Amino acid sequence: MTSFVFLSTVNGQAINRAEIPVFDFKDLRAAIIDYVKAGARISGLPAWREDDGRLRMVAVLSMPASGDILLGACDMPDSWRSLTPDCPSAHWFEREIAEIWQVMPEGHPWLKPIRFQPPRDLQLQGKIPAIGITGFFSIKGEESHEVAVGPVHAGIIEPGHFRFLCHGETVYHLEISLGYQHRGVERAMTGGPGPRSIHYMETLAGDTTIGHATAYCRAVEALSGIHVPPRAEAIRAIAAELERIANHTGDLGALAGDIGYLPTMSYCGRIRGDVLNMTAILCGNRFGRGLVRPSGTAYDLDRELIELLITRLNSAEKDLKGAVEIMFDTPSVLARFEGTGALSEDTAREIGLVGPAARATGLDCDVRREFPYGMYRFAQVHTCTWTTGDCFARAYVRWLEIKASIEFIRRQLLELPEGPVSLNVSPLRGDMLAVSLAEGWRGEICHVAATDSKGRFAFYKVIDPSFHNWFGLALALRNQQISDFPLCNKSFNLSYCGHDL
Amino acid sequence: MLRIIKTRIQQKYRTMAYPDGPPPELPSRFTGRPVVNHGTCRDGCDLCIAACPVHAIHMSLDTEGPVIDTGRCIFCRACEEACPAGIIHFSREYRLATSPRHELFVQAGSPEHGPARHEVAVRFFNRSLKLRQVSAGGCNACEADTNVLATLAWDLGRFGIQFVASPRHADGLLITGPVTENMRLALEKTYAAVPDPKIVIAVGSCAIAGGPYVDHPEQHNGVSDILPVDLFIPGCPPHPLTILDGLLRFIGRVG
Repeated sequence: MTSFVFLSTVNGQAINRAEIPVFDFKDLRAAIIDYVKAGARISGLPAWREDDGRLRMVAVLSMPASGDILLGACDMPDSWRSLTPDCPSAHWFEREIAEIWQVMPEGHPWLKPIRFQPPRDLQLQGKIPAIGITGFFSIKGEESHEVAVGPVHAGIIEPGHFRFLCHGETVYHLEISLGYQHRGVERAMTGGPGPRSIHYMETLAGDTTIGHATAYCRAVEALSGIHVPPRAEAIRAIAAELERIANHTGDLGALAGDIGYLPTMSYCGRIRGDVLNMTAILCGNRFGRGLVRPSGTAYDLDRELIELLITRLNSAEKDLKGAVEIMFDTPSVLARFEGTGALSEDTAREIGLVGPAARATGLDCDVRREFPYGMYRFAQVHTCTWTTGDCFARAYVRWLEIKASIEFIRRQLLELPEGPVSLNVSPLRGDMLAVSLAEGWRGEICHVAATDSKGRFAFYKVIDPSFHNWFGLALALRNQQISDFPLCNKSFNLSYCGHDL
Repeated sequence: MLRIIKTRIQQKYRTMAYPDGPPPELPSRFTGRPVVNHGTCRDGCDLCIAACPVHAIHMSLDTEGPVIDTGRCIFCRACEEACPAGIIHFSREYRLATSPRHELFVQAGSPEHGPARHEVAVRFFNRSLKLRQVSAGGCNACEADTNVLATLAWDLGRFGIQFVASPRHADGLLITGPVTENMRLALEKTYAAVPDPKIVIAVGSCAIAGGPYVDHPEQHNGVSDILPVDLFIPGCPPHPLTILDGLLRFIGRVG
């Protein structure tokens, strides 16, 4: 174990920024590698410019075995020995720091921009390359070819650029180039919270409105030292599980569509809408806009609405069972799913995969259980895993999770705690830092918020689960047929906007 | 096989009767088009303007009351809560789309909904409208609720409206997102690839005016400064019914 001890805290607790131990970069690097070897995950590596001009980075490591969140900081030199060769899950984080702050991780195996965003320091403006203009791996030889797709795709989906390096039909490597959705959210959060802050959070990834809004509100609540009434915690958890069911249902339908199994595609497309409409019963909006607010929720449930939700839940459950089970009972479906785009548990752990994609490889990770927050401190949701790590596993884990979430919601609706749904808010305390983890439907959401001496955000860092998982998709496609890309892509269903911010 | 048939029967016929029948039921807490009541604002009161996170409200010199730009509005209801005189409230009116931009401004005395009929669209695309969707920033919620229209509950195909894979096959673009600088060129190229006559539809407050990201240097406050827009469909995101109603009125399929 490392001789450099990090500060230990827990999910959703604010600590004084001065308490975070500061190391030399060399020592911090050694400590991160040791902690990761001992089972920690890199949840975040936010860096920010201090008032005196130093570039400070804090390593946010989450330790599933103990439920601790470990923090250690350093002042970043202009160039440093890259972590990635010894700790591959730092890969994307180092690229992000290099891009935003124009500093150099020496020896990084594939250093290039992840978002093509303007550097944060104004004097460095103008150095930014045009979107998509960067190095790509290339392939040469007989029957070798490259296929470039995007940013505008054939369906109604977000923009991203994919480049396949192929030999015949076999994909040797997929390069993913993002940043088309970059709209400057983290930059705009600095100096907040302001009137738009909650709206930025609700639109980080529109399909994860509840997940990100909850992570944000928990960070703000920790920084201002307020507690959330139990009834609001329960409503937040109900909304979070509805979000999971709706998206998983949509994904199962889309997976069926990608392999031409139309019954499940048609039914799940409709049932997803029914579940979104249940979220709209809570707050009027199908994506949960306006529901989660600092100190609680903006809406309560009365007896009539609870009964309506239970009726709708029962009917969605019945429809889903029919729609999904016929798919998993069909040999031609299994033949397309099984063995396609497989990742091993070791690879998943090494690259820091999260969420259903990680659980599909057998990695038993779930923020709700490992770093419990909100209602999940009192009521557990079963963690669903599979072992094969292929498209089948990613589909089947979703189905298992849908069933677990339905059970959870039903129990919460029947046992909703009494009392108010929100309390008074109070201002944020100065010079504090809080890490807020939540299990969104795609996996671990991590928000790191720090305040300046006046209680304004000195920086606000968002790590969407897609940030960890895009590289997983690239690896899953190796040695697959190019025609399997839509299926593999849908089985991950990652967020472009959540990544691009 | 028998099980598939049995499931098919259990899942029933689900395509909605709208527009021949009533529209689907909206949730009781649905936030639709804002209404500005006749009434007197207190002297110098600008609480609604201060409360709006995206600067969608200004004071009218004519009516001396607030004017809400529903194109900019993200429907967060902050102005409704802030108004001490109860002048602003959000109705359950889902017909938000308009063809000219200026019809998106709502003030005291504004009609229930603005006009969305577009003569070129009616003439050329009344029975067949093929659209290429371009996502240009934003949060993917507008895309999600546009995609919903293709499900069997909404069945957009029955109106001859379809999303196609290539701009070369399209009659126009349906654009979401505030147009990030990183997507501007791709959007312009996609537009150039659509044959004439072509139309542009901006869906969601981002595409109309920048949404929550309005005035960020990383984006362009919506489509209007880059391409000519023929139909505006407000919302954050718009309900699928709002999008469908907008498209149908635009091509003259409903009044």
